[in-house]
Amino acid sequence: MSKVENLASIIDRFGPHLHDEPIGGWSAERKVDKMVPTHCPYCGMQCGMNLLVEKNHVVGVEPRYDFPVNEGRLCPKGVTAYLQTHHPDRLEYPLIKQNGNFERASWDEALDLIVAKFKGLQEKYGKDSIAVYSGSSLTTEKTYLVGKFARLGLQTRYIDYNGRLCMASAAGGNNKAFGIDRAANPWSDIPHAEVLIIAGANCAETFPILNGFLWKQRDNGGVWIVIDPRETATARQGDLHLQLKPGTDVAVANGILNVLINENLIDQAFIDSRTNDWEAARAAALNYPPDVASEISGVPAGKIIQAARLYGRAKTGMIMHARGIEHHSNGTENVLSYINIALATGKIGSEGRGYGTITGQGNGQGGREHGQKADQLPGYRSMLNPEHRKYIAEVWGIDESEMPEPGVSAVELFNKMREGEIKGLLSICSNMMVSLPDTNQVRKSLEGLEFNVCIDFFMSESARYADVVLPGTTWSEDEGTTTSGEGRVIKINQAIDPPGEARHDWRALQEIAHRMGRGKYFQFESPREIFDELRVASKGGKADYFGVTYEKIDKQDGVFWPCPTEESTGTPRLFEERFAHDDGKARFHAIEYKGAAEKPDEEYPLIFTSGRIVHQYLSGNQTRRIGFLVQQCPEPFVEMHPETAMRYKINDGERVKVISRRGEGIFPALVVKTIRPDTIFIPYHWGEELAANQITNAALDPTSKIPEFKACAARLEKIHTRELPILGEVRKGTSQNEVQKGK
Amino acid sequence: MNETMFIDPQRCIGCRSCVAACRECSTHKGYSMIFVDYIDRSETTATMPTICMHCEEPTCALVCPADAIKQNEDGVVMSALKPRCLDCRNCVNACPFGVPKYNSAMHLQMKCDMCYDRTSEGLKPMCASVCPTGAISFGTYEQIVPLRRTKPVNAHVFGNQSVKTKVYMMLPTDADEVSVDGCGVFEGQIALDGANVSEESWIDTQVEESNKSNEF
Repeated sequence: MSKVENLASIIDRFGPHLHDEPIGGWSAERKVDKMVPTHCPYCGMQCGMNLLVEKNHVVGVEPRYDFPVNEGRLCPKGVTAYLQTHHPDRLEYPLIKQNGNFERASWDEALDLIVAKFKGLQEKYGKDSIAVYSGSSLTTEKTYLVGKFARLGLQTRYIDYNGRLCMASAAGGNNKAFGIDRAANPWSDIPHAEVLIIAGANCAETFPILNGFLWKQRDNGGVWIVIDPRETATARQGDLHLQLKPGTDVAVANGILNVLINENLIDQAFIDSRTNDWEAARAAALNYPPDVASEISGVPAGKIIQAARLYGRAKTGMIMHARGIEHHSNGTENVLSYINIALATGKIGSEGRGYGTITGQGNGQGGREHGQKADQLPGYRSMLNPEHRKYIAEVWGIDESEMPEPGVSAVELFNKMREGEIKGLLSICSNMMVSLPDTNQVRKSLEGLEFNVCIDFFMSESARYADVVLPGTTWSEDEGTTTSGEGRVIKINQAIDPPGEARHDWRALQEIAHRMGRGKYFQFESPREIFDELRVASKGGKADYFGVTYEKIDKQDGVFWPCPTEESTGTPRLFEERFAHDDGKARFHAIEYKGAAEKPDEEYPLIFTSGRIVHQYLSGNQTRRIGFLVQQCPEPFVEMHPETAMRYKINDGERVKVISRRGEGIFPALVVKTIRPDTIFIPYHWGEELAANQITNAALDPTSKIPEFKACAARLEKIHTRELPILGEVRKGTSQNEVQKGK
Repeated sequence: MNETMFIDPQRCIGCRSCVAACRECSTHKGYSMIFVDYIDRSETTATMPTICMHCEEPTCALVCPADAIKQNEDGVVMSALKPRCLDCRNCVNACPFGVPKYNSAMHLQMKCDMCYDRTSEGLKPMCASVCPTGAISFGTYEQIVPLRRTKPVNAHVFGNQSVKTKVYMMLPTDADEVSVDGCGVFEGQIALDGANVSEESWIDTQVEESNKSNEF
């Protein structure tokens, strides 16, 4: 049983502890040996940075001006990322849990135990009794290897990854509409758009470096239309803010399309020559005149009309979105409803005309292309397609009949653990106890496992439940590729050796496969060898990497896929002449508004939504240990409108209970006019009793299987305490003078 | 050095990259010389970065009894010289922009020196390098003006004190100066009818701060 019996002891030993100085301290005399050009380990911008290395230690960071995406710009996470590398919390040797305590073990002991347990479970319950759960912070080489490891090393069908919680709806929508899943344009197209529609994307907090492109567009005279339930920094800086109720994007998008149709702002020639199924989408949109869309969404009809006119009358324009529209039980439909707008106006396929999702995870794009999704094989091939199965079976040197069938998505995977069908788990660089919805159920899933292995470089909230923890490596200790949000394949370079006994996680996976008797399929000696096999495996697939090489990446500052031949320089902009469906045409979809799976009622009258803040990354396992980042926002808060606060008699900074049908937590109130009165918001980066995901709803989108993080019913309850919230104090000080005093 | 800093508050997203990066500058020893504040979080997400404005006639240097604050030939006003700094905090109290901070541990006034160790070698200051939005930029006047739709302004009026700075604020194109006259006690003005406002009331708020917010 994988229970956490000694939580206090585990936290005391493995953190999170705050670390805020480079090795040797700030005052140390530095003699930097080398600067290693690489990329940030966090979001999908994948900014270029130079790591300063002194005697096999990363001691600082220097902006990298030569990388065209960020040109030296870095967000606070990027500036402080190097502090991960020699963090006192780093896991430096394998751990085996005995009587609730993690004990130091040798690699041989840990691997022998893993293999014995996995073999035992599979002999008793079948091959599919083991699941693999992976992440999109891994390099593409590792994500490819994880997929192969699950299907060939463990011979299980059950593998999925945390990208399911991130961009699965974008992928679902892109594949349905365009036939391929990638942002249509490079970021460099943004400044050439007259109008930007930014839907459900708080770029200021989540993709700060993207703001550089947005402001270049503004400097060129461009306009932003921001669609978001909160008046975020992005919305504040925009020209027009459509402050909709969470979960009503389809109504807003259809309302905009309705105006475009009625005011003849569509591009009929484009629709006729390059798309299918327009009439059905048109008919659906006609059901949403601005007043109807307004009634559903809460956005004034005039603003919907204004948005449609701004976008429709402009010669160029781009639509960008992120998790705000994707994290819904109808996330794919949300995406498709915005794609309808781009297609109807013909604003796609040229400079300044385009469409794209903004990637949350560092390798969110590459991580979803090469076979760690439940139903997918490398190169974006389908496990249900016999030809695709045959091709990959040949690359892997197996008979097609040995290829497992598709598994299930992330949330369903954990449901199967809870139901007892899955008995063992190997997770790598994922923190499910923070990032999955309805964490109280996730806890039961992990506690029900017979054997649980985790590979990570910090002890996460999820790793605490493991029986064996293997120490992995940070991004600075290995090389490999990632694919950024714009589809640019870039290369992470190794700066230092892994500390202690930590091993490259791809070597750990290979070692397990060898000991499982499947070693002949895992003979890689370097990430480059894995990448070269990946290139062949992707050849001819939708995500064709065959022409991408490490040398070409270095030479070109990255290579945009598809890059099908060695002569090709890649494809920065998609759809210039054709879409990726067989007939070369894009597909419209008729989308009707359904709304969230759980709507407010008398008992739970508020709409709860979750999201991020700029100083944390995803589950916070990396960033909640960096002193500077934690000082900026020490704990989560519940954002509410003054009207809401007044209704519940809550003061700013006062702790308040937030309750849904699934769970509850206590958070300090942040009373602000920048949120709708019917909506409350909590950032989700924390775990245990501070987890926003105690409250969220695990309802799934039928296409993408993404959970509904962004809208569920909740209520507030006033509690009485004299304890002053930390956040309230910091925020009232607001200044770094206050924060710095704590040094 | 013709380059200087340009501050554009409307672009600030409050991310504090600048604060994080400032600590990385090799002469700052982990202290940040830049500050980012919410204007009023209950009303807006707007934030404002504050750096040393590098006044042409720096008040901090004028009031320093020990001549510890030097302005170099490029117009950059440096932190206090450690051997001379008397811990008196005159500079902290006198600066109209509220910039200098007193470092209790080091017995020293420290403030933004425009990353002189970097700028003197042709590098950008750390804050301006990393700023995601260009809220803090570094360059020449001639480089910046064609890029922006805002206007660089370096004339500031604090009541009856006019200050010209090396650093520019990016303002609407009809602005010629930044006027900060919220006290209502200058030029015979009275803040509120009938209110008992003494001419020295601003001293209470600006000088006698008891919360030591001007310290590291």
